[in-house]
Amino acid sequence: MTAPIRSAQGGAPAGVEHRNRGPAGQISGYNVGYLDENTKRMIRRALLKAVAIPGHQVPFGSREMPLPYGWGTGGIQVTAAVIGPGDTLKVIDQGADDTTNAVSIRRFFAKVAGVATTERTAAASIIQTRHRIPETPLREGQVLVYQVPMPEPLFRLEPRVAETKRMHALADYSLMHVKLYEDIARHGHIATSYNYPVMVGGRYLMSPSPIPSFDNPKMHRMPALQLFGAGREKRIYAVPPYTDVRSLDFEDHPFEPIRADAACALCGSRESYLDEVVTDDAGGRMFVCSDTDYCTTRQAGREAAE
Amino acid sequence: MTGTLTAGFGEPVLDAQRCFRAVLDAMSRPGRVQRLAGLSPPLAPPAPLGAAAAAVLLTLSDADTPVWLDAGAAAEAWLRFHAGAPIVAAPAEAAFLLASGPPPALRDLAQGTDEEPHRSATLILEVAALEEGDGWRLTGPGIEHAHWLRVTGLPEGFAAAWQGNRARFPCGIDLLLCAGDRLAALPRTTALEIG
Repeated sequence: MTAPIRSAQGGAPAGVEHRNRGPAGQISGYNVGYLDENTKRMIRRALLKAVAIPGHQVPFGSREMPLPYGWGTGGIQVTAAVIGPGDTLKVIDQGADDTTNAVSIRRFFAKVAGVATTERTAAASIIQTRHRIPETPLREGQVLVYQVPMPEPLFRLEPRVAETKRMHALADYSLMHVKLYEDIARHGHIATSYNYPVMVGGRYLMSPSPIPSFDNPKMHRMPALQLFGAGREKRIYAVPPYTDVRSLDFEDHPFEPIRADAACALCGSRESYLDEVVTDDAGGRMFVCSDTDYCTTRQAGREAAE
Repeated sequence: MTGTLTAGFGEPVLDAQRCFRAVLDAMSRPGRVQRLAGLSPPLAPPAPLGAAAAAVLLTLSDADTPVWLDAGAAAEAWLRFHAGAPIVAAPAEAAFLLASGPPPALRDLAQGTDEEPHRSATLILEVAALEEGDGWRLTGPGIEHAHWLRVTGLPEGFAAAWQGNRARFPCGIDLLLCAGDRLAALPRTTALEIG
């Protein structure tokens, strides 16, 4: 036999060979995608089980990453296990492509995986997000990776993990219904504007990561695959394409997504989710789209039309 | 067994990533057939191990995952060398099972528990052929309306066994169907009607 035999899983000799290749700009000294192959396999197995059981939290051996917990270590590990040379990565932080977190993560993957990056939602094959779903509807074949700080939706009601596990096993979500009912009793409406709990596939209660409740309806039967990574809490979960995602509500108090009642000061949109920006110390403020790509695309379209 | 061992992935990192994406796509769109093309060079595992099934095992199995397979001593040696996966004799102990002949009963495999349904087996089944657009009518998560999949070469009574597996949700096994370099998946959520 002439072809050299290499053990596929050891990593060392084959890995060394890899380190010196790759597109320009990719740094040497790291495996492609930063994580070692053993870690990637472990995350990949967790991801497949997560997709097979929509909304169920699968524990995984979260690794230390070159940035602190709370900066998206879970999302980064999921992206690292999924991403390949053919991918184009977009990273958003509260909808924005140009914040520190988004820019750093995009640069990180350009360096360690040599992938192309973009700010255009439509051009991306993988979108890693912190706390927003892009306004542009996602399509089949795209992957949306959420950075999740707290994967357990029942955490504020029941801090014991052993108990919440049992509640998920029994599909006993009465605590959450009582919490929503108490909101109505006290405030007259469900006073949850972000991290609004959802039922996935009619079975599992799931935290949508702290996206605004405005974005919740976008998760329902989304054509793209949704993956969730919580680095500190060491959990992975997923929503396959075209899966039912229902925000919890009551017949007489139906779910209502919350949106500031204003138009974007830059592009004039009345449909997109808005951030409130304080402009001076005399009470001046403006509302602008949280999704920078959506907003700049609309502004460019308006300029072209003029 | 001739005593020589054929190669594993030519590009371990990139090939594993490509295969994983194919499996992830298959799992998130049940019934869509994926092709494991573009491996350099193509895998040539010992018979009766098919290219897709072998690639899946190389991509997902390692020292942490007990594997059960019925493909003979050459295939076991190949997998042990390239993946380092422990080979087990009891189907119930395996995280991954590869059946090139009649598979063990689905209910005898690791099902997970109500609290930890993810601790369940993944069965890789070698079949004669996979064709989209005909045969079973599949519905469930990952499928917009319905996908159609024709699988040739399944054991008798598979549809009934799958019905039982689906009834155990959230416990139950997940299935990968492989034919040559083609691959499709049935996660435990997929409902199957004989069309």
